[in-house]
Amino acid sequence: MIENRPGLNALAHLVLILGVVVVALPVWVAFVASTHGPTDFMSGTVPMWPGPHLVENYAKMLDTGLSTSGTPPVGWMMFNSLVMALSIALGKIAISILSAFAIVYFRFPLRGLAFWCIFVTLMLPVEVRIVPTFQVVAGLGLLNSYAGLSIPLIASATATFLFRQVFLTMPDELVEAARIDGAGPMKFFRDILLPLSRTNMAALFVILFIYGWNQYLWPLLVTTSSDYYTIVAGIKRLADVVDGLPQWHLVMATAVLAMLPPVAVVIFMQKLFVKGLVETEK
Amino acid sequence: MASITLDNLGKVYPGGTRAVGDVNMQIADGEFIVLVGPSGCGKSTLLRMVAGLESITEGEVRIGDRVVNTVEPADRDIAMVFQNYALYPHMSVRQNLAYGLKNRGTSKAEITRRVDEAAEILQIGQFLDRKPRALSGGQRQRVAMGRAIVREPAAFLFDEPLSNLDAKLRVAMRLEIKELQRRLRTTSLYVTHDQLEAMTLADRLVVLNGGQVEQIGTPLEVYRNPASTFVAGFIGSPAMNLIPSRAVPHLPGSAHAGIIGIRPEDLAVDPDGPIEMQVRAVEELGAQRLVHGHTNGADLTITLGSHADLHDTLRLSAQPEALHRFDEKTGKRLA
Repeated sequence: MIENRPGLNALAHLVLILGVVVVALPVWVAFVASTHGPTDFMSGTVPMWPGPHLVENYAKMLDTGLSTSGTPPVGWMMFNSLVMALSIALGKIAISILSAFAIVYFRFPLRGLAFWCIFVTLMLPVEVRIVPTFQVVAGLGLLNSYAGLSIPLIASATATFLFRQVFLTMPDELVEAARIDGAGPMKFFRDILLPLSRTNMAALFVILFIYGWNQYLWPLLVTTSSDYYTIVAGIKRLADVVDGLPQWHLVMATAVLAMLPPVAVVIFMQKLFVKGLVETEK
Repeated sequence: MASITLDNLGKVYPGGTRAVGDVNMQIADGEFIVLVGPSGCGKSTLLRMVAGLESITEGEVRIGDRVVNTVEPADRDIAMVFQNYALYPHMSVRQNLAYGLKNRGTSKAEITRRVDEAAEILQIGQFLDRKPRALSGGQRQRVAMGRAIVREPAAFLFDEPLSNLDAKLRVAMRLEIKELQRRLRTTSLYVTHDQLEAMTLADRLVVLNGGQVEQIGTPLEVYRNPASTFVAGFIGSPAMNLIPSRAVPHLPGSAHAGIIGIRPEDLAVDPDGPIEMQVRAVEELGAQRLVHGHTNGADLTITLGSHADLHDTLRLSAQPEALHRFDEKTGKRLA
């Protein structure tokens, strides 16, 4: 739709600006709050411009954290989150690309059943199966470990399904050409399928990294030792104070810090991400 | 290089559909064989059985002296050129050419030598570092052929390699394939539905219909002595006239045959001719004209020089040796 009417243009921009403001305002308030002192937000008027305590607040959170809440320094929690998010994203991609490869390219007994079993788990998100999953993880002695944080979240029907769709669009002749060229199944997988699904993997990585980073309920359940607190679950612990006021300026500084890695992943992988979602040429 | 033998070769799909049945033929070393037929006649299935991409349910395929029924495609010493080229999109042309050799453990120096040689033959030297998507259809086709050449196989298998190209390029590439095959003297099996392509390329033609071989012979043999009405109608353009003999009672031999076949170019205008044709339409082709009409209810097409006079009714005659007689029921040629 290419139209050149100033009125429409202005209206379109107005709507866009409104949208940006609605989305960005809470983020702005969080940032502003993180730059003020402890009492500014309790005084009744909410400041809208950054205050003088930016460096002080962030340095405190990164360095020592808020000891009264029992959480480790933010830097450590971010590292935990990073380990968890990366394990989940990479683990999911590795497992689901292999299972999609098996389902699409091999004829084995009960292949249809295997596919449908994977497919059905789409309808069972973590929250639904959280009690039995906890039971299993606890039984395996994986509470308070990186394995316990990430492995239960790795199995993924969505990613398997996505890779299946990608593989189904690969022309049959490509498979046959590879067979004539003497590439066995794993060689075909490594030399041809993997490079051709590169952009899809990148797109999936972005989505899964954010999924893993944002996990809240699961880390809250399986971590009791502060060594394994993740940042998103940690924010909740920071805000929980039994008597006294929550240290909002510090909570907000943590929240802003927690936002940075996902934003960085999106920014740096945006090109591949978009390509992976829209590309059809094989 | 090797001969290829097909011995009672057949393919029945699970479910009972018969795609190919009872194919027997001996392909000599260095021969160019074209499998031709309408779509669904089983020609691609036959080729894919030779390639090893389709399992063989009946009979045997031998390449050289070796029965290859259960041998993996890569170990059959063949190379295949696909209709949609099937180049690896993420590899450069050079990597595409080298991939098969690398998998077989060919030495680096040898790979370089063969790739450069193939690039030289096909004149794709300047594209070696490009990706396939940066090439035109014709160039991709060359790369696909290059991938076959570098393997120095016992046989080339072509699966309608020219059908994705435009008409002009197709003619040019057809000639190139022919020259290439002459030069390399590699046994070749070529599948096409285009009878012109088949005629021009083949040392011998195999005309297939409904999974059965209708006729095997040199292009001229097939053209001059079609074994059945199917072959007669399929090979040659414009197609041979197939007329029920009652429509042309005055032609020699028509009393003993059910169907008389006459090529359009074998019919000549002759005031005393035994056939009277009512002209319905004329197609101007420049060098000649196609005149469509009918005689006693049977359709008839003739080719005339562009200077010939046209009337509503033409009297035609044909030389007795230009007449083909076929059985009405079986469609088979009568002696």
